[in-house]
Amino acid sequence: MPDTAPPPDSHATPSRDTLLALHATMVLIRAFEQRVATLVLKGAFSGVGHLYVGEEAVAAGVCGALRDDDYVTSTHRGHGHCLAKGVDPSEMMAELFGRATGTCKGKGGSMHIADFRRGMLGANGIVGAGLPIACGAALTAKLTGSGRVAVAFFGDGASNIGAFHESLNLAAVWKLPVIFVCENNRYGEATPVEYALSAEHVVDRAPGYRMPGLMADGQDVLDVFAKAREAVAHARSGEGPVLLECETYRYFGHFVGDPARYRSADEVEWFRSRDCILRSAEYLQQQHGVATKQLDEMAADAERRMDEAVAFAEGSPLPELSEIMAGVCSEVLR
Amino acid sequence: MTAERIISFREAIAEALRLEMRRDPAVILLGEDVAGGAGRDAEGLSEAWGGAFAEYKGLYTEFGAGRVLDTPISEMGYLGAAVGAAITGLRPVAELMFVDFIGVCLDPIMNQAAFAHYMSGGRVNVPLTMLTHVGAGVGMAAQHSKMLYSFFAHIPGLKVVAPSSAYHAKGLLTAAIRDNDPVVFCVHKLLLGQSEHVPEEPYEFPIGHARIARPGADVTLIGAALTTSVCLQAAKALEADGIDAEVVDLLSLAPLDEETILASVRRTGRAVVVDEGFPRCGLAADVAALIAGQAFDDLDGPVKMVTSPHAPVPFSRPLELAFPPNADRVRAAAMELF
Repeated sequence: MPDTAPPPDSHATPSRDTLLALHATMVLIRAFEQRVATLVLKGAFSGVGHLYVGEEAVAAGVCGALRDDDYVTSTHRGHGHCLAKGVDPSEMMAELFGRATGTCKGKGGSMHIADFRRGMLGANGIVGAGLPIACGAALTAKLTGSGRVAVAFFGDGASNIGAFHESLNLAAVWKLPVIFVCENNRYGEATPVEYALSAEHVVDRAPGYRMPGLMADGQDVLDVFAKAREAVAHARSGEGPVLLECETYRYFGHFVGDPARYRSADEVEWFRSRDCILRSAEYLQQQHGVATKQLDEMAADAERRMDEAVAFAEGSPLPELSEIMAGVCSEVLR
Repeated sequence: MTAERIISFREAIAEALRLEMRRDPAVILLGEDVAGGAGRDAEGLSEAWGGAFAEYKGLYTEFGAGRVLDTPISEMGYLGAAVGAAITGLRPVAELMFVDFIGVCLDPIMNQAAFAHYMSGGRVNVPLTMLTHVGAGVGMAAQHSKMLYSFFAHIPGLKVVAPSSAYHAKGLLTAAIRDNDPVVFCVHKLLLGQSEHVPEEPYEFPIGHARIARPGADVTLIGAALTTSVCLQAAKALEADGIDAEVVDLLSLAPLDEETILASVRRTGRAVVVDEGFPRCGLAADVAALIAGQAFDDLDGPVKMVTSPHAPVPFSRPLELAFPPNADRVRAAAMELF
């Protein structure tokens, strides 16, 4: 959440301001990702873009339930988690452009973007790698009594890797304040979840680790936010970890340029009809009387923010070639 | 206690840990059975082991379950957690009981710990020590007897040390714990009982520095961990051949102390590199290439390598005993240079 975001509401129904903040986060993420898609197709920078479009409610809802100083570990599809955690879009864009002003000075790129000032411990190129790291951040929180919690975002694909199972077991036996958030977008690259997952749902695995399991509609920011608050409260109170599965969908392929021929047009259309931003907008209009104009302005603001971000990135210097050997270790080695 | 206090390599490890844990509350120890009998405090059964090699006896009693953490058999989980703890303010010492187990948990070390500082543009440090046991000689065959230190030294961002004696074990472990980068600390199982004078106070032996374990004028024998003592034995034997051998103890594989190696070889004009690891793409080949590339004009003969064979470590006792470099082989290799 941005610095200005209100703290999570203490009562069940979020306030109008909270809902607007969640909506703004989703709109910002979508604007960022759509801009990235355009830039990748134009060849503005190297590498692939794993876009979060369609899944915005998960990052917004979960991070909306966190404190600024809580920790997050992310995935190869990590831009949304960064933005929801309050990472600066201009520095992010500069990182994607490989510029010296990027969040990681151009050394990490899209797949390894991180901002430790915001508790964003890193996107990750290795599926499942963020889960044990989140356990460690939670261990720090527990041993130092900081009251922080850690969130590990991961996909349905990662729920089949050893690191997932070891992390859930470790977090349970050590009662770590960690929330495992599965973004089930139904595909691990091109492989459908029903092919790869032995359980019906990822959350079905929670009882085996004696931790609470929660399921949220990942295309409904209200539902994600509600479940995330419940999970965060549980973890923060010292009761141990929670597994929260959010059912969601990615509108693009695995990466920009993947035509996603492994799924039907009808399926894509069905999920798009349940779009998280459309539903949130409808809710804000109907339940809180938010004017269409205000929502349009929010979207326009996000686009302006992206213009600024791209201008910042394009106007930033590339790293010096000496940077190749800089920072391999924390001091200069002989 | 006197200046001549003698303790073992095993006790030196415990002492380094104890002193650093007293000095800095951020230092924790985690791994499988580092206490042993976890959760059985009420029955007085905790700390049954103090580690599979009993280096950590007394630490659980002094520091408690919050800082001496027995883990499930879950190397990927707890090594990854150690990385997460390190990037959020702790200074974990994570034990990997046998280096051979790295096969189930390489990612946290290779892709996460090693690269986090670099890939973050220098915005995070990973003050993680992975203490692990290496080497053949205890009858445990191929899956519990490898060196693999050069495997870690191959990865940019990892520091790798392999102490050869109790004094250096304490100094290097203290340095590793205080270091802001991930350090792989390799303990050769056959060195755990080695004893010598070790000062009681905390001290660091700097990572990245080799030492001259024995000065000599005619040939440089280069070893690390257990092969340093093999080199010293060979040097003693070479006296009978009228050869005055110098022994360089590498101590650190990464960063490698190129200056000390090259300076010694330039003095003696001859080099034998002794390495218990597998020969292909290994430590010996790397050091030999360094010498050939940088000190060729000072050499009076080819750089010799004495390594283990390129084979898994065998179980049967005579085969295992014949497997690693020994003083006879080192002496013979040196003799070929004269």
